Amino acid sequence: MGLALMVVIWLITLISTYFFVAKTWWLPLGAADAAGFIDGQFALTFVLMGIIFLAAQLGLGYIVWKYRDRAAAQPASYSHGNTTLELVWTTLTAILFIGLNLMGSRVWASERFEPAEAGAVKVEVTGMQFAWYFRYPGPDGTFGATSPKLMDPSAGGEAAVGLNTADPAAKDDIVTGTMYLPVDREIDLSLRAVDVIHSFFVPSLRFKQDAVPGLNIHMHLKPTVVGEYEIVCAELCGLGHYKMHGMVHVVSQDDFDKWLAAREAEKQ
Amino acid sequence: MVAMENPHAHAPQGFIRKYIFSLDHKVIGIQYFFLALTAVFVGMFLSLLMRIHLVWPNANIPFFGHIQPETYLTLLTMHGTIMVFFVLTTAPQGGFGNYFLPIQIGAPDMAFPVLNMLSFWTTFVAFVVIIAAFFVQGGAPLHGWTGYPPLSAVQSAGPGEGLGADLWITSIAIFCIASLMGALNFITTTLDMRAKGMTLMRMPLTVWSWFITAILGLLAFGVLLSAGILLLLDRNLGTSFYVPLVVVSGQIMGHKGGSPLLWQHLFWFFGHPEVYIAILPGMGVASQVLSTFSRKPIFGYRAMVYAMLSIGFFGFMVWGHHMFMSGMSPYSAFAFSILTMCIGVPSAIKTFNWLGTMWKARIRFHTPMLYAIGFVSLFVSGGLSGPFLAQPVLDIQLHDTYFVVGHFHLIMGVAAIFGMFAATYYWFPKMFGRMMNEPWGRIHFFITLAGTYAIFMPMHYLGMAGGTRRYSDYREVKYLATLMPLHRFMTFAAIITIGAQFIFVINLFWSMFKGPKASDNPWEATTLEWTTTTPPPHDNFGGVTPVVHHGPYEYGVPGAAKDYVMQTDPTTVSAH
Repeated sequence: MGLALMVVIWLITLISTYFFVAKTWWLPLGAADAAGFIDGQFALTFVLMGIIFLAAQLGLGYIVWKYRDRAAAQPASYSHGNTTLELVWTTLTAILFIGLNLMGSRVWASERFEPAEAGAVKVEVTGMQFAWYFRYPGPDGTFGATSPKLMDPSAGGEAAVGLNTADPAAKDDIVTGTMYLPVDREIDLSLRAVDVIHSFFVPSLRFKQDAVPGLNIHMHLKPTVVGEYEIVCAELCGLGHYKMHGMVHVVSQDDFDKWLAAREAEKQ
Repeated sequence: MVAMENPHAHAPQGFIRKYIFSLDHKVIGIQYFFLALTAVFVGMFLSLLMRIHLVWPNANIPFFGHIQPETYLTLLTMHGTIMVFFVLTTAPQGGFGNYFLPIQIGAPDMAFPVLNMLSFWTTFVAFVVIIAAFFVQGGAPLHGWTGYPPLSAVQSAGPGEGLGADLWITSIAIFCIASLMGALNFITTTLDMRAKGMTLMRMPLTVWSWFITAILGLLAFGVLLSAGILLLLDRNLGTSFYVPLVVVSGQIMGHKGGSPLLWQHLFWFFGHPEVYIAILPGMGVASQVLSTFSRKPIFGYRAMVYAMLSIGFFGFMVWGHHMFMSGMSPYSAFAFSILTMCIGVPSAIKTFNWLGTMWKARIRFHTPMLYAIGFVSLFVSGGLSGPFLAQPVLDIQLHDTYFVVGHFHLIMGVAAIFGMFAATYYWFPKMFGRMMNEPWGRIHFFITLAGTYAIFMPMHYLGMAGGTRRYSDYREVKYLATLMPLHRFMTFAAIITIGAQFIFVINLFWSMFKGPKASDNPWEATTLEWTTTTPPPHDNFGGVTPVVHHGPYEYGVPGAAKDYVMQTDPTTVSAH
């Protein structure tokens, strides 16, 4: 029985580890400047936890086989523990876990404590059951007013986010269902939700933030690789949660300007 | 206690007083056990439907037909709620705790037998109410077991958010009241009813775990109860505790100025300690069983007690780690994150000590021991994904993905259930007077161990790849569709593992009537429940009050007549 248990525990451990190490499934290719930090911290945590995982599971398997009850076995040793050992492993785990945490915190601070740099591209993201809308302030650089009274999700576009077209600042606002972002520029995102909580998640951009009714949450990110990346909703928001997805196109500054100009032209 | 002229001396007569509205903690413990057994089969069946729907979305399931997206969300909401409250909270504490805490401390019953009966029947009512949610107009709610408003607070936000959601909250509120009554009883009993010589540091680790769990329950369930009442008010009386001005389907709702984050704070202030309410009794049972079948004292008894106390203490200061992406201040994430890492330390101490207990032991592989070893393995696997999720910066990628689902299922789901299996196989002889079948127990163990790893380990791969949770269909989004082979594998693993649970149920009921008769102490264990007859008499010790002379785990004492010394053994061979 000891042997069977050891074999099963070892097999489970080695098969689980294989798929982590082979990276059969792994983080998607990172396309934002935060990806370097995040993936590095992930890899470090992964290596440390992986070593503990292997040591503990393989050790567990070995111990249950080695100290199985059999005729030739030594009598069980009578011991109530060892205070020095307890102190050693307590200290080591504390240093490891808290140290790891502090290293990660530096990255968190650089991403979340500072506002977006001046001149960042402003985009407002609005979540509603079950769609994402993106608003660009237009040439005036100012978002026009919106009003809950004007919101009409069934109409889509400007009406869905309740844009008040009487406001002069709203005249040049662009509202789209697909997101375009210029590459290598800081993006100043503001996130809103009109009905329930949604979560704006772009795995390739290493970006996730809940959009909460009643809050206007500012975040920033910088895409670094041109491409198309899928947006999903990560917070349960109702029956259509699974199909609340969209696409972000990260394009060159030129293509971004052209796209924006075309949208402005459409609007006139 | 003495003033009442020993109320425990005479067993009540008559079927109703003896088995239905019994005041005997042993009967109440068995009632809790069967309630949880019913609930776990309901919860497991819901998860089976979920797994089938994810892989065969157009399947026509008998009696259910074609599962709609909203039905899928209903299944996951009810699966989570039923499993967390009526299984993970009910069986380890209400079931085994009720039955064995008084016996293990040498008491004739709980401190408040009537309160004990009330807390069981209140729990039962809560269960009836939650099951009723399936059958009302609109069906059960779809807002997930976490019930985040505004989704859970606005009736028009989705199907099932009408009467079904009201019943859901009502059931949880009733459950909270039952748990508060139970917690008071456990705490009082532990503090006031210990036999002579049963000092705190001689209590079995199971007793410590039930005691600490009761303290957590006392502090946590009150908060959830209040939060639930506020949610009911928001839903039905137009208050705005949790709901700001929202526009649902183009309609402006009548709320103004509420905070959706307030619910999250209150819910997780309960929700995180709840994780430890589920797992602490499992830790206690694992310690008890590992020591018994290793034939060795537990390694570092005091360290184990302090570790459980600090897990309970820190457990109340980390609720914010569920909210790193919620819009909460990023500064507070710092504090929550560090405190969460701190919990890793006592958890690691416990693991080291379990391994230390088996080091240089003579391990007897009876089924309870297999489950205790499985518990340690799962506790390690589920625990090590914790330091990923505790880091806000990694949560950016992992929050609300299957990585989280894999993490909590391994540690608070399956590890806790392995604790319950260990407890069932270990105490069954004492509870029902017969032995369970060993070969079938072993087969059940190996399929369940391999099966649960096969279900929950791939969830980590899914999560790393950005696999979001709570989707009823993963074929809509391109990158999620590429992960379908993993889902298929997990579904097959789930079908096999769920099938294997029938081995357990058949073994349980067959052994109850046909198993070989159990002796008073079949495992050669040392704690007080093994000093009394099998099954124990109504007052537990047949009119005798036990006197305790030793710590709980005196195995392999040099110079002793046998390889174990009962706690009540008056000969002084050990100093503990």
